[in-house]
Amino acid sequence: MQRIGVFVCWCGSNIAATVDVVQVAQALAKEPGVVFATDYQYMCSQAGQDLIGAAIKEHGLTGVVICSCSPRMHETTFRKTCQKAGLNPYMVEIANIREHCSWIHKDKPTATEKAVILGRAAIAKVHLNAPLTAGTSPVTKRALVIGGGIAGIQTALDIADAGFPVDIVEKKPTIGGKMTQIDKTFPTLDCAACILTPKMVDVSQNEKIDIISYAQVEKVQGFVGNFSVTIRKKARYVDESKCTGCGLCTEKCPQKKVPNEFNLGLDTRRAIYIPFAQAVPKVATIDPDYCSMLKSGKCGVCAKVCAAGAIDYKQQDELITREYGAIVVATGFEPIGMDKFDEFAYAQSPDVVTSLELERLMNAAGPTGGTLLRPSDGTHPHTLVFVQCVGSRCDGGEKGKPYCSKICCMYTAKHAMLIRDKYPDTEVYVFYIDVRTPGKNFDEFYRRAVEEYGVHYIKGMVGKVTPQDGKLKVQASDLLGGRQLHIDADMVVLAAAIEPDKSARPLATMLTASMDTNDFFTEAHPKLRPVESPTAGIFLSGACQGPKDIPETVAQAGAAASKVIGLLSKDALTCNPCTAQPDELKCNGCSSCENVCPYGAISYIDKPFRGPNRTTLIRRVAQVNPAVCQGCGACTVACPSGAMDLQGFSNKQIMAEVDAICR
Amino acid sequence: MQMNQEFKPTIVAFCCNWCSYAGADLSGTNRLQYPANVKIIRIPCSCRLNPMFILRAFQRGADGVILCGCHPGDCHYTTGNYYARRRMTLLFSLLDYMGIERQRTRVEWVSAAEGAKFAATMNDFVDTITKLGPNRRLEDLRCKSE
Repeated sequence: MQRIGVFVCWCGSNIAATVDVVQVAQALAKEPGVVFATDYQYMCSQAGQDLIGAAIKEHGLTGVVICSCSPRMHETTFRKTCQKAGLNPYMVEIANIREHCSWIHKDKPTATEKAVILGRAAIAKVHLNAPLTAGTSPVTKRALVIGGGIAGIQTALDIADAGFPVDIVEKKPTIGGKMTQIDKTFPTLDCAACILTPKMVDVSQNEKIDIISYAQVEKVQGFVGNFSVTIRKKARYVDESKCTGCGLCTEKCPQKKVPNEFNLGLDTRRAIYIPFAQAVPKVATIDPDYCSMLKSGKCGVCAKVCAAGAIDYKQQDELITREYGAIVVATGFEPIGMDKFDEFAYAQSPDVVTSLELERLMNAAGPTGGTLLRPSDGTHPHTLVFVQCVGSRCDGGEKGKPYCSKICCMYTAKHAMLIRDKYPDTEVYVFYIDVRTPGKNFDEFYRRAVEEYGVHYIKGMVGKVTPQDGKLKVQASDLLGGRQLHIDADMVVLAAAIEPDKSARPLATMLTASMDTNDFFTEAHPKLRPVESPTAGIFLSGACQGPKDIPETVAQAGAAASKVIGLLSKDALTCNPCTAQPDELKCNGCSSCENVCPYGAISYIDKPFRGPNRTTLIRRVAQVNPAVCQGCGACTVACPSGAMDLQGFSNKQIMAEVDAICR
Repeated sequence: MQMNQEFKPTIVAFCCNWCSYAGADLSGTNRLQYPANVKIIRIPCSCRLNPMFILRAFQRGADGVILCGCHPGDCHYTTGNYYARRRMTLLFSLLDYMGIERQRTRVEWVSAAEGAKFAATMNDFVDTITKLGPNRRLEDLRCKSE
């Protein structure tokens, strides 16, 4: 019989307000095997942990039940507490009487009764707990960063700085991400390229960093410390090792009418292209959708002009498989499509642009060389209307997104300010729901736009934009003035909401990392573990976790890197000892368990058993590799003879819980 | 009628550790109410649920059993919930054969972000079971005297 101690936590008033903790402790003290039961205000505090440790020693406890918050919160804390007191850490069970009881019920007697039942189930389980010892598994000292934007770049640089090799996988032909398309950054107005491109060069020159561009992750296997990742490096039809990036081919290619995605389709590029002058790696790429040689076998101009002989029309996709200890997701964001917002006439008029398109129109390396001109006729616009929250903060979320995209208020203030500064003859109107400027020097920046630069900020939404006689008729409401406004604008700029990159969802499935309903990656704890995914070994960097600006992204990228460095610095990781264990006497070697194991942790050996009349029988029995088993339990149910069981969640333990609840 | 109002069903909810248990935690964190009849048992993955556990719960007097796991395709262990889904389909046909009301067992996919869905599911399930009345067919009264 176990000697069980029960510790009921008040959690201040979080539990104690709706659960009579004293009564719970008294009721549970009467359960079989319970030799000690008490309650305390904060079990997780030092004093609370000392109390547990002292009770283990004083009463010779062999099992501990803690009635407190979710085991997802403090299970590790309490396991450590018990370990310090000399008890096997796996002799601890937690009854979740906060998230699953006190916080969801209002009636005190009902909640108290439920807390007692939950405590009883935990006691029933702990009776059947067995001491477990965690094994160790080695750590591959190499990290993978998925996404080569500013988040991925910063994470890779910081990891490499600590001496660990890093691979960056980028789906585009160059790293740099969205920041390369931005002209100036708020609130300092320094040039994005001037602060980003040196970092891109650092990445390319760093011996520890390997850039795998124009590539995508195709398959992820393994677990923390031991991931095996297959990366598809798409054929760019140019030998990267030979191409010097001279750019001659991109000038001579006869196919001139390819929409240039770097300038968001505002101008065109050739079928063979280098996305922009500072691209890293600076290597040409052939777009197979437009190249005549690849489509019909007629052309070959680029091969003729290439002095380095780098063009290879027969190049195939390459599959690279590498081992990693940690994976960082830095897949970033993209602006949402404007097809659901017909009222703003985005599809009807080229003069209605998104903010990112405006960014290109104001960029010295952009299609207009940095002069702000109307895309329709190339004239200088005199009246500009900015529409905020296009697709952000949409109730119901059918048309847009329910969340605030966070960066739009600030970049719109930046655009408005830059336009007024460069072209003082223009009138700039900004229609907003709220102006949100939480951030260092953000509100000062916005106030400068209003006070110094005379930008007209109007609280209200734009109802309709109608293209008419070369102008854009803007109908809007002025909520504070209580009137309808009609503005004849030359250009309308839409602050499109941002959403996670489309590649994030399939990637999350491959990584088994969880996402929220908006497809942003979920963090392990929203406050205390913001850069880790709940899946061990997967870390989050940048806007893939939620909308954020550049400084926040860089900060998070560094934080993710430090977590990766912490992981890679270890020589071995403690495994989860809750692994499957076959009963060899019951096992008949049928392979049912092997077939369902997602990790290939089960193998078979021929083992001698004592047969009748002093004979020896050789039987095929299952064997579980505890370093590979992740403890899902699929095999335990698949086993027809009931030979397989899961330590820590055994059949008997779960049934004991069921019995205790139904009692 | 009086009987029905007093009937408080016992409901066992098996939740996978990675999605649904976290979803249940979230509904707690957000203070979303659902009846106290629901008692949650944590299992590592929905595929850890042996159909035997459900029969055991009914035998011991549970009035309803619900299994919650990650959405198909989102399983922490890649494929566990697919196994669970197949096994539950088999169990459902067995329960049908035995004449147990179909509504007493349910499978729902609840992600770690769906606290509201968890609470709504539990409210609905408790409601269904309350209307259905107590489980008499499978309950083994001998277990109670132990």
